[in-house]
Amino acid sequence: MTYDFLLSLAQAIAKGLLTGMVYGLMALGLSVIFGVMRIVNFAHGEMMVVGMYLAWMGLEYFEVTPMLALPAIAAIFFVAGYALQRGLVSPFIGRPEHQQFLLLLAVAILLVNACLAIAGPDSRGVQLEAQFDSYEVGPLVFDAVRLHAALAAVAIALVLWLFFTRTRTGKSIRAAADNHLGALVVGLDVRRLYAVTFGIGAACVGAAGALMITIIPVTPFLANEYTLLAFVIVIVGGLGSMTGALMGGLLIGVSEALAGLLFEPSLKSMFSFGLLILVLLLRPQGLFGRSGR
Amino acid sequence: MKTRNTITRRTLGKATLGAATLLGAPLPLRFAHAQAPANLKVGLLLPTSGLQAQIGQACRKGADVANEVFADVKMPVSLDIVNYDTETKPDVARTQAEKAIDAGCHVLVGAFDSGQTIAIAQVCEQRGIPLIVNIAAAPQITEQGYKWVVRNFPTAPMLITGALALHKEIFKASGKTPKTAVMMSVNDTFGTSMINGIKALFPKLDMPYEIVETISYDPAAKDLSVEVGKAKATKADLLLPVSRLNDAKLLVQEMVKQRWEPMGVLNPGAPGLYEQDFLKTMGKYSDFLVSNVPWLDPKIAMTQALEKRHAAKYPNDQLDLNGGFTFEGMLIAAQAWMAAKSTKPDALMDALRKLKIDQHVMVGGPIQFDAKGQNVNIKAAAVENFKRKPTVVMPLDSAAAPLVFPMPGWNDKRRT
Repeated sequence: MTYDFLLSLAQAIAKGLLTGMVYGLMALGLSVIFGVMRIVNFAHGEMMVVGMYLAWMGLEYFEVTPMLALPAIAAIFFVAGYALQRGLVSPFIGRPEHQQFLLLLAVAILLVNACLAIAGPDSRGVQLEAQFDSYEVGPLVFDAVRLHAALAAVAIALVLWLFFTRTRTGKSIRAAADNHLGALVVGLDVRRLYAVTFGIGAACVGAAGALMITIIPVTPFLANEYTLLAFVIVIVGGLGSMTGALMGGLLIGVSEALAGLLFEPSLKSMFSFGLLILVLLLRPQGLFGRSGR
Repeated sequence: MKTRNTITRRTLGKATLGAATLLGAPLPLRFAHAQAPANLKVGLLLPTSGLQAQIGQACRKGADVANEVFADVKMPVSLDIVNYDTETKPDVARTQAEKAIDAGCHVLVGAFDSGQTIAIAQVCEQRGIPLIVNIAAAPQITEQGYKWVVRNFPTAPMLITGALALHKEIFKASGKTPKTAVMMSVNDTFGTSMINGIKALFPKLDMPYEIVETISYDPAAKDLSVEVGKAKATKADLLLPVSRLNDAKLLVQEMVKQRWEPMGVLNPGAPGLYEQDFLKTMGKYSDFLVSNVPWLDPKIAMTQALEKRHAAKYPNDQLDLNGGFTFEGMLIAAQAWMAAKSTKPDALMDALRKLKIDQHVMVGGPIQFDAKGQNVNIKAAAVENFKRKPTVVMPLDSAAAPLVFPMPGWNDKRRT
């Protein structure tokens, strides 16, 4: 193997890791919601697209960069997610899965069409000063925007981990996830905890949207692709596992980058799905998921 | 009971107003009114939304000013242009073509993209309605024996032959000849045609450089970092991008980020690098990139009239080959209608086959279609971006500015 090839390999892995961190944050929201409420959010990609549009509007109309708008977008998503759970999703907990699926699919269609009606079908991207910047570390070149997004994603994941392990509400949510009946017996307000969880999941995906718009432009039709991607990541990592979502994101990010380098770039998505099939065959609970058996 | 024909004050007033309008109208329009039994209804099919929206809208602006330009150059004709959005999807293009024909369009013009144009051509063949292709390079459009299609745009082999000939002129003029090149291309109908065409023609054209790698990607790609990384790793002297608009932006953005500075970026006959949105978004990084494409001939009176009308109606928009070829689509429809003196499809198609238009706006000989419906008189120019403006640098007798090659680095002081 030549030096040039090894350098390209290292460059591709670095790029895959950076993209994978944002993927991980996106999938984290899906995993948190499923892990606690056992509800699969089929409107996940659509929620991320809404987050991307909000970040784009922030820059376009108020000259606030996506990174600065991120906390506000996450807060808006938290409130919206909380309200959505209390108003719509809550009555469906415990109902047959196909009903939950249809409900969230309807929400997804509403969101996409709202984006289409408000922003139109055209691709919208943000132009930031850092858009053309990169950092050089030895022979490796790191894309500045991707690096900023990845660092922000790691910081958000860290805050989330601290919330779930250090705060009373976080511990209560984990307790409710582990033992629903037990949580009710000890007097936890499980309905409120579920709404908070949905709000947190939505905030994660909103934040991921604000970061993603700095990397790629948005169109309403992007939503399906990201819902699918989030599913691939959480299934590979393990549905319901936070670590699994993050590691799944990294794995998919790196596999796409390597497939692009070693094979044909236009075939890179094929490798994500190949990985998904392998995991489903060999370890159906995902790499970091707990076995249901 | 007997009725008398009386002239009331009201009738007299109406008649006077009508006569005054007719006398006050510009001569060409009056002539058009006298000549045309009914206005020619032209269905203009373009991707004005979706991935190719910006280019589709640029095309449409060329058609929007067509009637005014016809009047300026004293062409006695006025068209009823009806716009249809193909949403950048071949299936929608097909539906919209059917809709346009059902709505009574006598002739269709479109559709910028080869895939969408093929879908429309199939409808036109089935329904017996003429299609004038404004922009679409896939050879099969005029190679499948279609009877209702004419194309006023070079085929992929024509684009490639013209572009590669200009490459040699560029190297000769600059005294710098690259040894290797990497090709990056969209994998849609157009991109595939171009890649296949380049591969087939390359050995015959005796090019001074070798293509060391061909990298294809999805035109809807949202990230080209891996592709650009792979291209950079080849250490090629030259990049030949067969791009569209959005991917051209991603491509150059990644080149800057990854600090890849080849000797030049020479587009072998594809869109992207000269588009207004590209120039605006990429800013100084859009300068010194070269497109080898057919371009507007600034020395022709009709081009000057088109530029004037376009600038007046769209002061913030650039007139490029998209607007130019779409305008010519309207010009061809108008000339065919005038020659046919009828809106009947057979008469229009017959007129299209016999057409010879000497005065038009793009570089090249008269607009004339061969037996397959292809205009073979279109020529390419080398257009280099200087200060966010595409400028003709080759052939030398049409050059508006001297060529700059090799391309200055991304942080060179000449980029301001």
